[in-house]
Amino acid sequence: MAAARGWPRRLAAAAGALPGRGGPGRAPGPAPDTAAPATAALYVHWPYCRKRCSYCNFNTYVVPAVDEAAVRACLVREAQTLLRLSQVHSVTSVFFGGGTPSLASPGTVAAVLEAVAGAAHLPAGAEVTLEANPSSASASVLDGFRAAGVNRLSIGVQSLDDAELRMLGREHTAAEARKAVEAARGLFPGRTSIDLLFGLPGQSRDAWAQRLEATLRLCDDHISLYQLTLERGTALAAQVRAGALPAPPQDLLADMYHTARNVLGAAGFRHYEVSNFARKGALSTHNLSYWRAEQYIGVGPGAHGRFVLRAEGGCSREARVQTPEPVAWMREVQSQGHGTRSRAVLSPLEQLEELLTLGLRTDEGITHERWGHFSPQLNLQAVFGEPGEARALQQEGWLVLDSGGLRCTWAGLAVLDSLLPALLWQLQRVLGAARCPPRGAPAEERAGGGARGL
Amino acid sequence: MALAGRAALRWGARLPSPGPAAAPLCRPAWLPAACGRPYSSRGKEEIDMSTYPVESIRNFSIIAHVDHGKSTLADRLLEITGTISKTDHNKQVLDKLQVERERGITVKAQSASLFYNHEGINYLLSLIDTPGHVDFSYEVSRSLSACQGVILVVDANEGIQAQTVANFYLAFEAQLSIIPVINKIDLKNADPERVEKQIEKLFDIPTDECIRISAKQGTNVEKVLQKVIEKIPPPQCNTADPLKALVFDSTFDHYRGVVANIALFGGEIAKGHKIVSAHTKKRYEVNEVGILTPNEQPTHKLYAGQVGYLIAGMKEVTEAQIGDTLFLYKQPVEPLPGFKSVKPMVFAGMYPVDQTEYNNLKSALERLTLNDSSVTVHRDSSLALGAGWRLGFLGLLHMEVFNQRLEQEYNMSVILTAPTVPYKAVLSSAKLIKEYGKDQITIINPAQFPDKLSVSEYLEPIVLGTIVTPHEYIGKIITLCQDRRAVQKDLLYIDENRVMLKYLFPLNEIVVDFYDALKSLSSGYASFDYEDAGYQSADLIKMDILLNGNPVEELATIIHKDKAYAAGKLLCEHLKETIPRQLFEIAIQAAIGKKIIARETLKPYRKNVVAKCYGGDITRRMKLLRRQAEGKRLMRKIGNVEVPRDAFIRVLKRETDK
Repeated sequence: MAAARGWPRRLAAAAGALPGRGGPGRAPGPAPDTAAPATAALYVHWPYCRKRCSYCNFNTYVVPAVDEAAVRACLVREAQTLLRLSQVHSVTSVFFGGGTPSLASPGTVAAVLEAVAGAAHLPAGAEVTLEANPSSASASVLDGFRAAGVNRLSIGVQSLDDAELRMLGREHTAAEARKAVEAARGLFPGRTSIDLLFGLPGQSRDAWAQRLEATLRLCDDHISLYQLTLERGTALAAQVRAGALPAPPQDLLADMYHTARNVLGAAGFRHYEVSNFARKGALSTHNLSYWRAEQYIGVGPGAHGRFVLRAEGGCSREARVQTPEPVAWMREVQSQGHGTRSRAVLSPLEQLEELLTLGLRTDEGITHERWGHFSPQLNLQAVFGEPGEARALQQEGWLVLDSGGLRCTWAGLAVLDSLLPALLWQLQRVLGAARCPPRGAPAEERAGGGARGL
Repeated sequence: MALAGRAALRWGARLPSPGPAAAPLCRPAWLPAACGRPYSSRGKEEIDMSTYPVESIRNFSIIAHVDHGKSTLADRLLEITGTISKTDHNKQVLDKLQVERERGITVKAQSASLFYNHEGINYLLSLIDTPGHVDFSYEVSRSLSACQGVILVVDANEGIQAQTVANFYLAFEAQLSIIPVINKIDLKNADPERVEKQIEKLFDIPTDECIRISAKQGTNVEKVLQKVIEKIPPPQCNTADPLKALVFDSTFDHYRGVVANIALFGGEIAKGHKIVSAHTKKRYEVNEVGILTPNEQPTHKLYAGQVGYLIAGMKEVTEAQIGDTLFLYKQPVEPLPGFKSVKPMVFAGMYPVDQTEYNNLKSALERLTLNDSSVTVHRDSSLALGAGWRLGFLGLLHMEVFNQRLEQEYNMSVILTAPTVPYKAVLSSAKLIKEYGKDQITIINPAQFPDKLSVSEYLEPIVLGTIVTPHEYIGKIITLCQDRRAVQKDLLYIDENRVMLKYLFPLNEIVVDFYDALKSLSSGYASFDYEDAGYQSADLIKMDILLNGNPVEELATIIHKDKAYAAGKLLCEHLKETIPRQLFEIAIQAAIGKKIIARETLKPYRKNVVAKCYGGDITRRMKLLRRQAEGKRLMRKIGNVEVPRDAFIRVLKRETDK
């Protein structure tokens, strides 16, 4: 216990020299699923909110009272169980998401981090992010989280306009959001991210340009800009469908996105993922793990994971989902140590499909090295370099395949979802063709220990 | 378009099909067993048909507009004569198919012989249930040629309707005795007097000749039977003559082959006789003859003037074509006049929704056409829709009912493309004349449309349409008809507030949505019927649809020049809605030759990428993307433009499906 408790302090002390600057941006070493040493990112889901936002369809719950001690105990127990099952040697990052995890007490965050540090190696300086709502992010609260071991904040500002915030069903005003960001920057300098939405019903080009300017005056070194997605079943989507709010036109959305890319680029931000911008190397290590298709463990109600069950002798990555409903999840954790609702072994093709889908969202794309981890037999050139969809998309200027790997061009990134079906279709075809002629070969390869891919 | 329900019924008609329903295999479950087709005789004793000489025989049909009570009257006649027992279940006894009962139409005509004693004489009354719809005017005319009279049923409330008129003229031209019957006099709004006046005005039948009945309640139905005996003459023929039998219908039975419905115009026929088809010249030995009551009941013989069935080892319905004449081997007779081969008037492409269903659909089509040789089937394939067929139908109702039977009886869901009509071209180019071996060709597929330079004239099929409507809708209806390039031939008030209009229509102007338009602008009150009226010269052109300059073969259409602009614009707009945006701009154009007549522009995607894709989003994301990747396989590529199969289906399907 004492050792674990000591960890956050060490981390806090070392904050100035944290990996951030340049660290996460560089490709880390291979993240082999089955070769030692195994590493993984860890996501912790806090499912509760004080109020549901009008656009949100996440797995969140608004309840009168949360039995935090029980939830904490279950988060701790599930983290321990899953880390043991995965035999992950080192946890590369921890992310507390939700829900509204800033509503949890710092003690819960500390308890989970201690459990992680106890069950696996949690390097000093590993990124520990907490999502925070401006309405529950006063300086004192944030300081408590810092003391608990959090070293990066992601603040859900969403908008800097009070009318927009009301439409989104947010509990805070623009002024409160500003205050929260300023407090956060004081406590987590260089490691405060803000979330912002664009393409809100009725939002104009000019209004968005103004929001961007205001954002630049406020922000630290990381911004996530999300085009509002009208998710089915949300109050906002229903209002738009009923005609009570206007649906933003496609061309306007494209304009807003392009404006944001240009404005943030001019301000020194690297557009490192479809919706994420960072300067001074302040990329999110944790989120990069997803986009690089590294292992991650999901803890908490409804959390998703991708990892190998090495404790069970597994050698293939599984897609795992924890039970979404908190009470049921807790019951399962209490009785069996974890609340895994579903698990499915991912085939080599499925892993490559995920790698392609996620990797192309980043500016670095999919490196040859990373592809090689998943597909030692067929390299990127063999799959996408031959005449076919990818070649055509390269010629049309949407895609690049070169010594750096496969990635989108500036224009291609904005239309990635139009590129992916063709690329996936080509991947399926090429792999299908490769599998057929030399029968049995890939299976032997898989069985031959250590191979992660085909 | 909803096929179920009477509201969807286009011409409200009874359709025949040269084959009966797929009766044995597909007997609806609700049919009492006795109504089924027994494979052995029901009564052990065979009836001696020689006891019914020509003088005591009456052969007749009932004709009516849809829903005016034809089948109910038939039920009562069958009950009164003891042909079927009187129960509450006798509803449309002769209509056996699901589609018939649902839509109140007769798809497959059934005939029945009734025995009736009148003033001490035993009569053999043969009710020949003709298909009433003029889609099938040929079949109707053949059925009527086996009759000497008809009962013309008119609804006391609705009065004369378009189909009443068409049916009347068919009977009148066949010089049959006509017994006008005004039905449903029990209804609250019944106005038999008005209907009698309409009949007098339009058909020149004195009002006192009409019989007012309620088939539902049985009122005056007996009187109808008496009139049949009094007014309809017996057939003029002689048993001593050589055999001369008209095939007026045929059915396919999976166990016994073709069952042909026949009317004897001379001679007699019995098991063991060797007969010959005048049309095919094929020879057969008779296995069984009998009468329909309405189930098959074998008899020793059938004699001149009688109506019954025959089984003679015919394997396909095409061997027993409607209108054919059968005679005894080595005793040839002059065939009965009026035989024609079936001529489809409306064509449509039919494709399985899923290509893996191709073989199942093929076998369903084969089974259904076994009973309906009037449907022509040609294999066809479309780059977008895959392998399928081009089917020819006698008319629109025929097409709909065929499709509905396919769905109901064979559980097949199909893509049916918008119907087209057979155009003709009179060739002027010596080269083409030589190539085709004739100077006039029929064009079913736009790909075969010959260039104007090698053609002296294009021809389009026309029909004579009859519309009966309350007079307040007349203005709107005239406008509608003019929009459809129709030429007015007649306008007649059949009483103070009902009008009958006759128009010559180009057939292609009514094949898609005319009836729906007519019904909607007349609040459902106008009725419509049409009959074939040959061909007329027409200014036809072929309109191509281009995507980024590349023609889309399956969207080319033959169209009248005056309609091309509007149709081209509509088609382009429709395509713009159905083709998904792509990475580049797509020009959707309608063109006549090199001339672009309409254009829509589908803008490219400028942004298409999901905002959030983190650990918890991937599973759902992959599901969608894999489906889209799979969809790539089914894309039809026109140049670099990808068109999903769904887009083709939506555009090629009938407009009314929108």
